[in-house]
Amino acid sequence: MDPAFWKHFRRSRGAFIGMIVVAALALIAVLADVVAPYAPDTQFRDALLLPPAWLEGGSWNFVLGTDPVGRDILSRLIYGARFSLFIGLIVIALSLCGGVLLGLVAGFFRGSLEIVILRLMDIILAVPSLLLALVIVAILGPDLFNAMLAIAVVYLPHYARLTRASVIAQSKRDYVTASRISGARNLRLMFITILPNCLSPLIVQATLGFSSAVLDAAALGFLGMGAQPPTPEWGTMLADAREFILRAWWVVTFPGLAILITVLSFNLMGDGLRDALDPKMKRA
Amino acid sequence: MIRFLLLRLAQIIPAFIGVSLIAFAFIRLVPGDPIEVLSGERGIDPERHAELMAKFGYDKPLHQQYFDYLYNLAQGDLGASLVTRKPVLSEFASLFPATLELSIAAMLFALVLGLPAGIIAALRRGKPADHILMGSALTGYSMPIFWWGLLLIILFSGILQWTPVSGRISVIHYVTPVTGFLLIDSLLAGDIDAFQSALRHLILPAITLGTIPLAVLARQTRSAMLEVLGEEYIRAARAKGLTPWRVVLLHALRNALIPVLTTIGLQVGVLLAGAILTETIFSWPGIGKWLVHSIFSRDYPSVQGGLLLIALCIMAVNLLVDILYGMADPRIRHARE
Repeated sequence: MDPAFWKHFRRSRGAFIGMIVVAALALIAVLADVVAPYAPDTQFRDALLLPPAWLEGGSWNFVLGTDPVGRDILSRLIYGARFSLFIGLIVIALSLCGGVLLGLVAGFFRGSLEIVILRLMDIILAVPSLLLALVIVAILGPDLFNAMLAIAVVYLPHYARLTRASVIAQSKRDYVTASRISGARNLRLMFITILPNCLSPLIVQATLGFSSAVLDAAALGFLGMGAQPPTPEWGTMLADAREFILRAWWVVTFPGLAILITVLSFNLMGDGLRDALDPKMKRA
Repeated sequence: MIRFLLLRLAQIIPAFIGVSLIAFAFIRLVPGDPIEVLSGERGIDPERHAELMAKFGYDKPLHQQYFDYLYNLAQGDLGASLVTRKPVLSEFASLFPATLELSIAAMLFALVLGLPAGIIAALRRGKPADHILMGSALTGYSMPIFWWGLLLIILFSGILQWTPVSGRISVIHYVTPVTGFLLIDSLLAGDIDAFQSALRHLILPAITLGTIPLAVLARQTRSAMLEVLGEEYIRAARAKGLTPWRVVLLHALRNALIPVLTTIGLQVGVLLAGAILTETIFSWPGIGKWLVHSIFSRDYPSVQGGLLLIALCIMAVNLLVDILYGMADPRIRHARE
């Protein structure tokens, strides 16, 4: 890595904290089997809706309390980290690949192909992301994978537009002309000459997109159109616990807090990356 | 200006055709053919099935069906809801004011807090006030609003018992609809109790829905202000000896508001997406809750019509913002022409 980049990145305390939290979350997700006190679906019939340990009636066996069917909330949250990070990774991988390909083609070949791609992206942007995702899930059927697919489609335009803009800017540079004159073919020009120079804004967008993906997947789960119970996905956990909000605040509070912390740390990291990689770029 | 308008319209028409294609395709892509969907769980005998396929034109070639669909659209016919049997357009029209009232309240909440927060953060750049405000803004921006709404319910409805948990107004009040906005209608009727009830019902959903726009506005206002404060004309204004407040509010803010205006326009989509979640949490009888309900009850004509109408609203607002933007800043208009 470029040392100047690190200097910038580390100077922003928020970005550094964000990165540490993200690393910790990844570690927890990978080591869930070791870290979690119980399996996510073990039910303790004699410990239903137990409050967190520090409250009256709580027990240190269940640090964050238990849910209405007696499952340990802490364990479910730990396993839930797996789902959230997995969802983020898959969604970003899908929409980044698709978007970069579309943007590269649009920016490199221009002409009618570009117009078609841009208008297609306009269509996706004309519908609120969550509504479009809901409609796609209604067609495909509600489950976690379909929800991820739907969210990936919804985020395509961001990557496509960003890639197209940087490809157009780079194509005018002398190094591209030089490469073209020395006989490089289109595919080589696109993927090996131009693409690596368009990566900085894409990295920033992908980091910020990760948080949106986690948020939208949780929202779909909350609406019953994402991961289905008893999956310990955070949004689904919230939906399950909704009817108990006035009786047992902890079943609602902790899963949401987990979502907030994850999303916030990715946003902190994304902001720091943007400042370090490209001070001029503004959040879209 | 006319050229600019025509250019924008030329961009919108393909997007509208695209959305109409998605809406058209939607009802044919969901599991089961349209007649099976329409007849619901009970099933239907094959003879009647073929008869209905012919009656609704589903046996025609697809492109013919699409043109028929567009023809009906042009006449304002979006089909009828499977649940209530009422036309989708009138269902939408009867629920839309509730969503609009909620969205306007949310946007006001966002503006009233977001603009001053952004201005203060810009003026105190790098100071603790800036860090606290921008830290809060990023937290608000990262907020899962469906959880935020539930937290507000726990605190204000559960523990403090200040506000009701759900709905738009207490059932004991009846307000004759005039504008569809309960706050205005109850005042027109002179019913103060109903007004208070409507207001108390509105506060929590408006805060929930307004939180993300608030965060975005605060961040955007800060960066727009910082940019403007570095300009020569601000230095000139200061050098003339104008009071700092005059410089900030009259000279800087006016120019900083131009990009902020676009942000407000872009938030309309965010608000409508947020309304889906907010209305579900607070049982707010608007189009967001209606759409979710329609998806779950497999009332696909309603989903189809709602999708199209919402996209239409968003495109209209974006066009309006572009026109305002062009009027507010001639540089933009000429650059885009």
